[in-house]
Amino acid sequence: MIYQGKQKIWSDYQKEIPDDHWFYVRSCIRQSFFPASETHFVKIVRDLLGKDLYETPHHTTCGGIAYHSDTIPQETAMTIVARQFALMTEAGYKNLVTSCITSFGNYCEILETWREFPELEARIREHLWKACRREFEKPEYVAHASDVIFKLRGEIAERAKYHLVSRATGEPLRVVEHIGCHYSKMFPHKGVGGAEYPCVLSGMVESWGGQVIDYPERRHCCGFGFRQYLVKANRGYSVSNTHKKFESMEPYHPDMIITNCPGCPYFLDRWQYVIAEQTGKTYGQNGCGIPALTYEELAGLVLGYDPWDLGLQIHQVGPEPLLDKIGIPYDPNRKYLGLNEKEIMKPGLPTVLKCC
Amino acid sequence: MGKLYDELMADYRFREGLKTCINCGTCTAICPAAEFYKYDPRKIVDTVQRKDEAEIEALLKSETIWYCGECMSCSTRCPRGNTAGLIIMALRNLSARLGYFTCSEKGRQLYALTKALNYNILHLGYCVHPTTFAYEDHPESGPVFEWVLNHKEDVYARLGANFGKEGPGALRKIPQEDLDELKAIYDETGGTERIELVEQYSLARAEEMGMTPDEYVKYIFNHCSPGHFNNE
Repeated sequence: MIYQGKQKIWSDYQKEIPDDHWFYVRSCIRQSFFPASETHFVKIVRDLLGKDLYETPHHTTCGGIAYHSDTIPQETAMTIVARQFALMTEAGYKNLVTSCITSFGNYCEILETWREFPELEARIREHLWKACRREFEKPEYVAHASDVIFKLRGEIAERAKYHLVSRATGEPLRVVEHIGCHYSKMFPHKGVGGAEYPCVLSGMVESWGGQVIDYPERRHCCGFGFRQYLVKANRGYSVSNTHKKFESMEPYHPDMIITNCPGCPYFLDRWQYVIAEQTGKTYGQNGCGIPALTYEELAGLVLGYDPWDLGLQIHQVGPEPLLDKIGIPYDPNRKYLGLNEKEIMKPGLPTVLKCC
Repeated sequence: MGKLYDELMADYRFREGLKTCINCGTCTAICPAAEFYKYDPRKIVDTVQRKDEAEIEALLKSETIWYCGECMSCSTRCPRGNTAGLIIMALRNLSARLGYFTCSEKGRQLYALTKALNYNILHLGYCVHPTTFAYEDHPESGPVFEWVLNHKEDVYARLGANFGKEGPGALRKIPQEDLDELKAIYDETGGTERIELVEQYSLARAEEMGMTPDEYVKYIFNHCSPGHFNNE
């Protein structure tokens, strides 16, 4: 194939991501389990890089988890999202950025469904008007927050204090990336690189000095499955799928996992703990796990933010082996302190999984 | 009510998800649920496209439609543009409307999910929230999250969240006026009616099973009978 032909095909997998003026909507899971990731997304994009990122306290859940757990009708989910669009319109923004992959998939699904069935969009507009007396413009652009960090990866690299390189050997760190199913499996053209060659995370890793490791189950689901995790009786599904990924990546000895979706880092972190406790098996070195980070946490580390400000202490898999490899300093005595150095109790330790 | 197939066709997801299935089985090959559960999306799609009412009714009352994780991996891979996951969503929606979900163990779980998630949305403005995430129900969240839950105010403040307070930020308190709008949306779009319907069917089923509502919710949340998994 001639070079120009390849370039043309590859261009089909690219997204033209706006670089400024964003209406930000948060993620239920990321806020609950990785709140500092959202804190640092705002710090990096707005405060450090000077972009216009607006958040209204009046936005709510998009209802995506309830929708994919089959507990609300489609029109309820659509009208909740229409309300988010109305808030964006009222604030004067046209680019929507969401912190959640479930939300991102939900927004994309809704906009595509309305495009195909305009009568449904008209009905949702009527519902929103009757319920909330609000009207909306559809966003010109919907991005996941990782798209924005991908877009800004070069600016972050220019300010990097640390690189994803082993301090001891000078070799790039071996990084496994996990995209999250709803980012591009449903609507491939909405994700950077599509479903076949997603590069939203690998682009960050390579820009910051790391090496992306391919492995057979790279695209397999993290195991969330909505009702398959939320209901205790179903969690065998969840841990079995995550276990399959760990077994597949293990021979490649990854130094870390970087994730896109808010739920994926939780499952890729916590199921390592459960597998260790149940079977005695650990996937990192010396009885530790493989640290599973959000892309905001990784960007924060590269930029030199304190690991405990980034919230790495609320992962069950200890991040210390990764920090040591890169040469990022940390104070173990500050790991579990509250605000303003307040002493609060420390968490208990797992029986098998070594946490630091 | 019309025929079950017509009811399914009224759902946009069904129309989007079912073009013409050629029974190749690619969806089953890629499916994370099929790998562990006795689940075969190819067979489900084949069943619905045969338009046999008795078969569709059996499906709506079955365990199998509740095994899917809605990851939508099938969407990417189907060579004919079908999405088994969307067909599953339409089947579950109809099963909920007709009360058929109470006929299966996995279907009955819908009541626990409906109660928990919609409580969170309507009272807090979130699908998931630390104040309703009980460690006893989630021991897999680990000792570190037990510690987070025991020190919520301190830990979330340390991590820059605006936990339970007014204004923007992570875990902020969603103003009552916004929760009122969510409730109005539920009332207008059938969300409230769905919650009431699922509760009504579920409480009737609880009575048939000789359980109080609380016992029923605990049971469906925790109990997993043998026979769901491929290796059993």
